[in-house]
Amino acid sequence: MTSISLDPADRALLRLLQQDATRNAGDLGRELGMSQPATWRRIKRLQEGGVVTGRSLRFDLEKLGFGVSVFLGVKLATKGRVSLEDFERAVSAIPEVQTVEHVLGLYDYRLRVVARDLSDFERVLRRRIMTLPGVGDVEANVLLSEERRPGPI
Amino acid sequence: MLDDIDRRILRHLQGDPSQPISALADAARVPQATVTRRLDKLRQTGVLLGTEAIINWKALGYAVEVSLRITLDKTQTRAFDDFLVAARKVPEVIEIQTFLGRVDVRLSVIARDMTHYQTLYRDSILTLPHIADIEALMQVASVLDRRELPL
Repeated sequence: MTSISLDPADRALLRLLQQDATRNAGDLGRELGMSQPATWRRIKRLQEGGVVTGRSLRFDLEKLGFGVSVFLGVKLATKGRVSLEDFERAVSAIPEVQTVEHVLGLYDYRLRVVARDLSDFERVLRRRIMTLPGVGDVEANVLLSEERRPGPI
Repeated sequence: MLDDIDRRILRHLQGDPSQPISALADAARVPQATVTRRLDKLRQTGVLLGTEAIINWKALGYAVEVSLRITLDKTQTRAFDDFLVAARKVPEVIEIQTFLGRVDVRLSVIARDMTHYQTLYRDSILTLPHIADIEALMQVASVLDRRELPL
């Protein structure tokens, strides 16, 4: 896979965009000591090179009424009989399921689920998750805290 | 608490965070002035914390992503604090989560390839303090990455 190489100015720009993707090229350029057109060209290159793929809103989940986030490790009971696609399609259709990762290790899938509270989570688990095609062992870990790090840029 | 108008605005905004206020107002069927006022309030009250750029690490050459589930030695009173401080210093750690359950902490670690991962694991991860047990889940594929909440 070809990957884009970043110079120090790109890295500084990416770090700022990670914090606030709504800032315009003029504003970012001023902070980094670059002209508006030069900054704009760099942003464009990062987007076209697939480094910046979009924007995402950051919420205080609790204030939105989602008091509980749970990570589930799911092991399929009947691999081969029920296809992975069936499981993936069904799990992706559950609105409370935020992310689905196919993983190698102790579990086959890792899910992130949001719920209003623990009893709402129980409802999702019983009615939606446990009834998924092929589902076997499920392990739940309730999220206490989370921080996103800037990563190696 | 949020009312139906707030929810409608956020529902449409999270589908496309880049859209102009005018498009958002049309989609949510609310006047533009209301959209602006509501969004300002959601920011002021800390419901909406910001808008971040989504970075695709694969495009930067990080092909490997591993989820490390870690159990800490809780006989050490400072286990959590010491561990978190040290984990924050590893640049390849892109996410740190703490849990109530069988797992205490989870780290998302990215690496260029398996050789790089092996080096990272040995030199930067296993050297983190107070680890009692560690197990790895290697990401094969991201099946769903919904950035929208069921509002």
